[in-house]
Amino acid sequence: MAAGLKTRKKQRLLVVSIGLTSLIGATLLVLFALGGDSLSLFLQPSEIKARGIEQGKHFRLGGLVESGSFFKEDDGLTYHFIVTDCAASQDVQFKGLLPDLFREGQGVVTEGALNANGVFVASTVLAKHDENYAPPGTLPKSEEQCVHPEAAASTYGTASYLVSG
Amino acid sequence: MAGEIGHFSLIWVLVAAAIGAVLPQIGAVKGDTRLMQLADRTAYVQFLMALAAFAALTYAFLVSDFSVSNVAANSHTLKPLLYKISGVWGNHEGSLLLWVLILTLFATLVSWRGAKLPLRFRARVLSVQSLLVFGFVSFILLTSNPFLRFDPAPFEGNGLNPLLQDPGLAFHPPMLYLGYVGLSVSFSFAIAALLEGEVTPLWARWVRPWTLLAWVFLTGGIALGSWWAYYELGWGGWWFWDPVENASFMPWLAATALLHSAIVVEKRDALKSWTVLLAIIAFSFSLLGTFLVRSGILTSVHAFAVDPERGVFILAFLAIVIGGSMALYAWRAPKMVPSGLFGIVSRESALVVNNIFLSTFAAVVLIGTLYPLFVEASGAGQITVGPPFFEYAAAVLMSPLVVALGIGPLLAWKRGKLPKAMQIVLPALVVALIAGLALVWSQSGGVVMTAFGLGLAVWLLTAVFAEIASRIKLWQSPGNAFGRLRKITRAQWGMSIAHAGLAVIILGVTVSEAFTDEQLLVMAPGDSTMVAGHTFTFDGVAPVAGPNYSAVRGFFTVAEGDDFVTTLLPEDRVYSNPVMNTTEAAIYPLFTGDLYAVIGEAAGGNRWSVRLYFKPMISALWAGALMMMIGGLLSLSDRRLRLGLPTGRKKIAVKESV
Amino acid sequence: MINRFIPLIIVLGLFALFLARMNSGENPKELDSVLIGRAAPQFELASLQGGNPPLTTADLKIGKPVLVNFFASWCVPCRAEHESLMVLAGQYRVPIYGIAYKDSPDRSRAFLTELGNPFSKTGIDQNGRVAIDWGVTGVPETFLVDGDGIVRYRHWGPIVGDGLRKRLVPELEKLR
Repeated sequence: MAAGLKTRKKQRLLVVSIGLTSLIGATLLVLFALGGDSLSLFLQPSEIKARGIEQGKHFRLGGLVESGSFFKEDDGLTYHFIVTDCAASQDVQFKGLLPDLFREGQGVVTEGALNANGVFVASTVLAKHDENYAPPGTLPKSEEQCVHPEAAASTYGTASYLVSG
Repeated sequence: MAGEIGHFSLIWVLVAAAIGAVLPQIGAVKGDTRLMQLADRTAYVQFLMALAAFAALTYAFLVSDFSVSNVAANSHTLKPLLYKISGVWGNHEGSLLLWVLILTLFATLVSWRGAKLPLRFRARVLSVQSLLVFGFVSFILLTSNPFLRFDPAPFEGNGLNPLLQDPGLAFHPPMLYLGYVGLSVSFSFAIAALLEGEVTPLWARWVRPWTLLAWVFLTGGIALGSWWAYYELGWGGWWFWDPVENASFMPWLAATALLHSAIVVEKRDALKSWTVLLAIIAFSFSLLGTFLVRSGILTSVHAFAVDPERGVFILAFLAIVIGGSMALYAWRAPKMVPSGLFGIVSRESALVVNNIFLSTFAAVVLIGTLYPLFVEASGAGQITVGPPFFEYAAAVLMSPLVVALGIGPLLAWKRGKLPKAMQIVLPALVVALIAGLALVWSQSGGVVMTAFGLGLAVWLLTAVFAEIASRIKLWQSPGNAFGRLRKITRAQWGMSIAHAGLAVIILGVTVSEAFTDEQLLVMAPGDSTMVAGHTFTFDGVAPVAGPNYSAVRGFFTVAEGDDFVTTLLPEDRVYSNPVMNTTEAAIYPLFTGDLYAVIGEAAGGNRWSVRLYFKPMISALWAGALMMMIGGLLSLSDRRLRLGLPTGRKKIAVKESV
Repeated sequence: MINRFIPLIIVLGLFALFLARMNSGENPKELDSVLIGRAAPQFELASLQGGNPPLTTADLKIGKPVLVNFFASWCVPCRAEHESLMVLAGQYRVPIYGIAYKDSPDRSRAFLTELGNPFSKTGIDQNGRVAIDWGVTGVPETFLVDGDGIVRYRHWGPIVGDGLRKRLVPELEKLR
């Protein structure tokens, strides 16, 4: 009761048991939450096919915006482009304002899901604002190595690339 | 020339740190006063030399000395003055130098304000601080020297990432670093206490103001960063649960827990070994943040340039500092015998509850942040843990904390009476329930979480008020209430204001998340649209030229009914060095919320894609953070809590025995 | 009392994980060039000096080691490493082939006139196509090709400071 605990041992027991309870609670919470929708796979185009991702499953797509693939619908708001890792390509559709750093030939990370036609409908296109501009997850992993200058740009050359526009 | 002076000064910092780390520690063991006194002197030398190095780099940036490679890589002659200066810490090397400068600054402050600390204890604290300086300076000199030369010097620099050319971001890193590094003082105090084998209430009195100071800066740094994201990234978001954001949030949670547990040590001489552990954990989280940002092992939108060599160095340094202190803790913790006892219902218990929830939350954030690493290590591919996980954890873990927070300050130390406390906060409970239910009723269901969040915010705000009211006996004898108001100490005001700040933040988060009105559309000049009762009329665009950019500026007239409200002028800028676009959102804060406009690109036929928002009560986020900072500063200005000047309730805090 | 060791154990576990992740070789920065030990990619590039024969793969197979350097006039680090290239061409007497990456020929020529020309031949790669074949991740980047046209070493980034003496030259000496 509120009368208090008489011994140090009991008090210690109490604190430890409260701590343990919350720890177990937190573990359950983590397991429960990590099992749900909050986890998203980070995939490159070739992995989408390899893993057989079904439509509607939320995931992140990383890769390069294929040069020449970009166009805008007449509504002025819906964009289409192709994300590639050189081994495979994926059509992407996005409605909204594209981030500042978006351009063809550069890395992007997009978040969304495949629709019935196999087009990746992105809800967000992520901008990078670091000093080297190359999102690590966007680098091609395939053996064919289409290492693209802008994609794997490094500290020493990146800013220079940008000067080149 | 400046480059060489800087380089030379930095080497001196290293030498002074090496001396300051070793000799005073030997002195403390042997009882040699002269060796122990070296700690103060080396601390001053380190600070002055670090200041000289930092000044030298700043000078090189100011005069655009491109023979210094760091300047060439991050600056440009056409850059405005403010960003030439902020360019100093806008890159990996310079930011580390700033880190070292702040580290030595805090050591100097400890030496200066802590003149009343027992010499042996002060010597130990400062020598730990010197050890940290030594680690960081060798890291700079070996892997990230900002003073390396380019020969021949290029004629022009590369320029700073335009997104970073922003007042919010110019001050965000220094603020954040003051917080991160400020926690090093609590860490050094904890290590010194472990070495001495004793934690006393007086120790907690020394630690608390330093933690509070670091916490204020950390709060400010996080708030600035989130404010920057809100208006600069142009999508109206303010927190993304990105690894780097989490890296600043975890030390904040740990520091908040530490602030509260140190109170228990100070007042009741209990929770000692836990508090020491928390002090170590809080600073470890700061170091971990640095590591995560610079090693590149986690994908983040903020990451600095990645370099495996640097990563390995930082990892080794972290292993020594964190691993070493945890080992020291494992060895010495049994010496921390608690003496105070307390009942289940007591202020102490409330603070224990606070600590359990805050540290559990910090642990959950840590797991969520590092989980992708575990998954990748197990070979299951790359994943990201998204905001839903963290939001869920925040809701589950922070709600009981907020409920307890309303009651805690009303409980007495040692043994409190729950019914009595409940009696005081009963009105708060009623008001909160009414607010929540009213919302559900007015929105006709489907907003349970919003109603819950609103209820929590109202509960906390009213409970804080009820606590003050009961303190001044507002209801029992209103006549003298205002007289009693003056008797409330600054520390108590600080607590109430900071707690109310949390309530205001919850209010801002809940309302802005639930009731944001957003429109994404293409507009031609003359078009108008309604956003949350405000008419936005697009008047067209015009080109503008800035010092190192050109921009397209959109013109929007906002009216409410027939009344003119404001003109919004969002810009889409193209910077010249390096060439890059940035979005400058136009924001007009009203009392009820922010009007927010972003101009996109030309959509053909003189039409432009635009994004318009009404974000209700979003300003409450920054206002709440500001209240927390003010609360912290008020508490810090309380005479009882002055930095390092305890009024010595127990004179012999640290036994002068070997 | 086990619990006082728990923090230490957790910390050690985390560090083991970090170390494992960092050594896993998936670090995205300095990618190992896949070209090492393989024949240099086929290419033919118009010469920067009008009228001269084009720079081709055949130029690489001349029985002694040569260097291929990707550069651009707009690239600041290229300016920084230029001195090293001049030393290589002068003191070490290595034939260096320059490839002007995504640069206007006029500017490339002005760049070489201003700083001196270390290249025995210079090709124009205006669309960056050849750079992709070579797996260039940024400019400047320098490849060491042996007498049979096999790529032996890639120098990543500008050749500055110790890079010349400690990294590039030893690789060069190995082939001689």
